[in-house]
Amino acid sequence: MKSISLFVILLGLWLLMSGHYSFLITSLGVLSCAFCVYVARRAKLIDKEGLPLFFFPRLFNYLIWLFKEIFISNLNTAKVIISGKIEPETFTVKASQSTDVAKVTYANSITLTPGTVTTKIKDNMFEVHALNSDFGNDVRSNVMDKKVKWLEGDQ
Amino acid sequence: MFLAALIACAFSGILILIRIILGQTIFDRVLAVNSLGTIIVIGIALHGFYTNRPEFLDIAIVYALINFIGTVAVLKLFSTGSLGEQRK
Amino acid sequence: MDLFIDIITGLCFFIGSLSIIIGACGLIKLPDVFSRIHAAGMIDTGGTAFFLLGMILQTGWSLITVKLILIGVFVFFTSPVTSHVTANLARKKNLMPVGKKIGKLL
Repeated sequence: MKSISLFVILLGLWLLMSGHYSFLITSLGVLSCAFCVYVARRAKLIDKEGLPLFFFPRLFNYLIWLFKEIFISNLNTAKVIISGKIEPETFTVKASQSTDVAKVTYANSITLTPGTVTTKIKDNMFEVHALNSDFGNDVRSNVMDKKVKWLEGDQ
Repeated sequence: MFLAALIACAFSGILILIRIILGQTIFDRVLAVNSLGTIIVIGIALHGFYTNRPEFLDIAIVYALINFIGTVAVLKLFSTGSLGEQRK
Repeated sequence: MDLFIDIITGLCFFIGSLSIIIGACGLIKLPDVFSRIHAAGMIDTGGTAFFLLGMILQTGWSLITVKLILIGVFVFFTSPVTSHVTANLARKKNLMPVGKKIGKLL
């Protein structure tokens, strides 16, 4: 099942990137996609985290919210850099997600918004470095944590 | 319009080169090289549009991937001293 | 209509240029590695997003748009990973960030 979905995704990517659709070239593409799937199966890369299907229904809403957040914190970081008043702080937060994929999503979301960086991860404690106490309060208020928890659903 | 954006990319590239020369630790340099790579990806795409040859976008995709792999490989080499593990 | 799209594209390019130049200035100006990561993140997210948005508006809808979106997806997936790897390795080599520490660190 996962192998078939990987094959379909690879083939779609190949067709989008190539742009030539003659018979010979397309059959060569199908052969190379099948070979990639075979190598991935042999290397045991297809595990239960390979395709997190339970993310997809709510992913779109989350992405829109994340882009809005990235835009706002870009503005704030630009203000801080121009004014030059920085007071960095380091602290730890707790992640309440249960699956590993959701934890990775949460840590990457923290790092993706400029102004906050995840520096260390141990079990479900994250060590976060923030550029300013405003950014720190943003992370400590656990809004993003609840969003990712909602994105994860009832797993 | 594309030319102005290209000039902005080149200017910030020069600023990042100053950080690469000054950088105190190796992490500063790796971080600056990664940012320079991102700016070069944008620059390649813009140059493709500027000369009306959007085929340059393929090169930009490959550059983005190689940038990521190169950064992670340099950091791994710096942290462990080798690029792979010996199989027991 | 063409003029309108051109104006929006110019605005996107202007914001993107401002974003990468401020990010590069921050990369020079900020005091230590952990602070500079924020400036690099600004180049990776703000700059890339606005430049790609401008180019998407300029092409319309074709195979090129898909490639631009693919570049955006790659950059947005790989940028936090490199930031985190750099920060994590700097912490492992016992560099402490400047500024105050709240609570017990890991």
